[in-house]
Amino acid sequence: MTGEVFHHALKFRTEVCIGCSHCMNVCPTRAIRIQGGKAMLIGDRCVDCGKCYNVCPVGAIIVEQDDFRRIFDYKYRVALIPNVLLGQFPEIVSISQICSVLMGMGFTHIFEVEHGTRLLKDAMGKIVGEKDRKRPLISSFCPAIVRLIQVRFPMFADNIILLKTPLDVSAAYYKKKLLDQGAAPEQIGVFYITPCAAKIAAIKSPVGEEGSSITGVINMDFIYNKIYTSVKQGHKAEKSCSLPAMERLGAGEMLWTLTEGESQQMPGRALAIDEISNVIEFLEMMENEEVTDIDFLELRACDQSCAGGILTSGNRFFTVERLRKRAQLVESGADEMLYQNRGESIADLAGYLRAQLSVDRVKPRSMDKLDEDMGKALTKMRRVQEIMNSLPHVDCGICGSPTCNALAEDIVQGEADIRQCIYVQKKMEQQGELPCAESMEIMKAIWGEKKFE
Amino acid sequence: MSEKVGVEYNVDGGNFTRAGYASSEIKKILKKLNVDMGIIKRTVVATYEGEVNIVAHAYSGTIYADIDTERVRIVLRDEGPGIPDIEQAMEEGFSTASSQVREMGFGAGMGLPNMKKNADVMNISSEVGKGTTVEIILYFKQIASS
Repeated sequence: MTGEVFHHALKFRTEVCIGCSHCMNVCPTRAIRIQGGKAMLIGDRCVDCGKCYNVCPVGAIIVEQDDFRRIFDYKYRVALIPNVLLGQFPEIVSISQICSVLMGMGFTHIFEVEHGTRLLKDAMGKIVGEKDRKRPLISSFCPAIVRLIQVRFPMFADNIILLKTPLDVSAAYYKKKLLDQGAAPEQIGVFYITPCAAKIAAIKSPVGEEGSSITGVINMDFIYNKIYTSVKQGHKAEKSCSLPAMERLGAGEMLWTLTEGESQQMPGRALAIDEISNVIEFLEMMENEEVTDIDFLELRACDQSCAGGILTSGNRFFTVERLRKRAQLVESGADEMLYQNRGESIADLAGYLRAQLSVDRVKPRSMDKLDEDMGKALTKMRRVQEIMNSLPHVDCGICGSPTCNALAEDIVQGEADIRQCIYVQKKMEQQGELPCAESMEIMKAIWGEKKFE
Repeated sequence: MSEKVGVEYNVDGGNFTRAGYASSEIKKILKKLNVDMGIIKRTVVATYEGEVNIVAHAYSGTIYADIDTERVRIVLRDEGPGIPDIEQAMEEGFSTASSQVREMGFGAGMGLPNMKKNADVMNISSEVGKGTTVEIILYFKQIASS
């Protein structure tokens, strides 16, 4: 298949894969095929949304992460934690307890990712408010969405707001803060505890950005298990362990990563849409010119946004409820127990951070086109139409492609054979054009010998 | 012989839930053919306007699109009341829409003018009591002599 352009955090372990095709059937960009009894990923089409990860019954899809011991390569070991991590646990698990476990694991500093939203809110609001902008402006927050737009909706690549994510702003801030305190650059390791795979992919191969201030990524489920184990074993929180002495997060900042977290803070008519199928449906409507007069779009690949990230362990609805409750406490000023309001603020380095808020243009790279050359694309399309006439339109997936249309396109691209279709096989067998033994071989090539033993 | 792809869709008069289906399908084809995004956009705008016109005014219709390496040509043919005065219908803001239709956000009298604006060529013929045919063409490359 085509060469890999993206770094993907999702890895398919072929030795574990049982070729059940659940992943193929849920993939919103049709990036998966079955060959030789195994799921195969077409890298160019994958946007790292993680739908496949959620449905795999045998754990054959894993999310690549950095070796945890890598943190000890650095003297200053910063854990960047999203609020969603705190929302994983019921209220009885205190923030200082969570911090204790993180410090116990070896981190020397803990910083909440949401601090980065403070500067972004103003910068984004300003852009959304500017006249002569291509509308609606689309947030660059969710990396799976940025990639989705690149490959499936290239028309909207220029609608994406070219600003860093809160994560990158926070990482840049904390790094600078440590540098200013005398740390050497090579002594600082900034590790993000991620709720999703797309963030990892974005850090390893950023879209529209040169490099990243983030050293490595730790999967949230790994940390979740450490914290839960510690709580279950009855370890008490160390008094000295808490969030850094920072100005506390406002409610709007705390809720930024949840659905409507951005849209409610943007000027004009702003809309929030979560879950990738919903996003695709909406972007298609937009392509059809059926959507007008919207200034800002917050688009998130996961249901309930980051609370529904594939690496979260807690129920996403409870996570949202807890974080909203906590934000209400902050709002009412009743949270003194949780946070101590001490001087330092990300705004102290506002000038430094603002100077590097922008990222490069997001380049469209359509995966829909049948061929670069239009004449060839027309020939291929004619063939797709012809092939579709002999396919059953039931999208059963027995051919190893997710839909009849996907099979027809795979055939014209030379990646598949029409005899992979079980309906076509039956017809050909009936007419004596395909010996039974041969059709069996075709099926084995798709689903593997094992399934026919 | 140059390559060509043709597709045809039926449109029901009065069914706004389905309005936009044909233009959406044509858009998908143009995307697969690697047509310039700006041209796709103009084609979709023009076709969508025409499709909504059929839904709003006619009893039924068909939208036919054929595409070769040079251009996309779309023919929107309907059985309907027809247009008595085409020149007037082409004026921006002229509308015959009922208030019911206007409430749904249609019928601002921009349909035909907007189609013309987005297409390179537009031909319109109509017979009162029978129906209307609109043909639009968009070229993929600017013709040098023009």
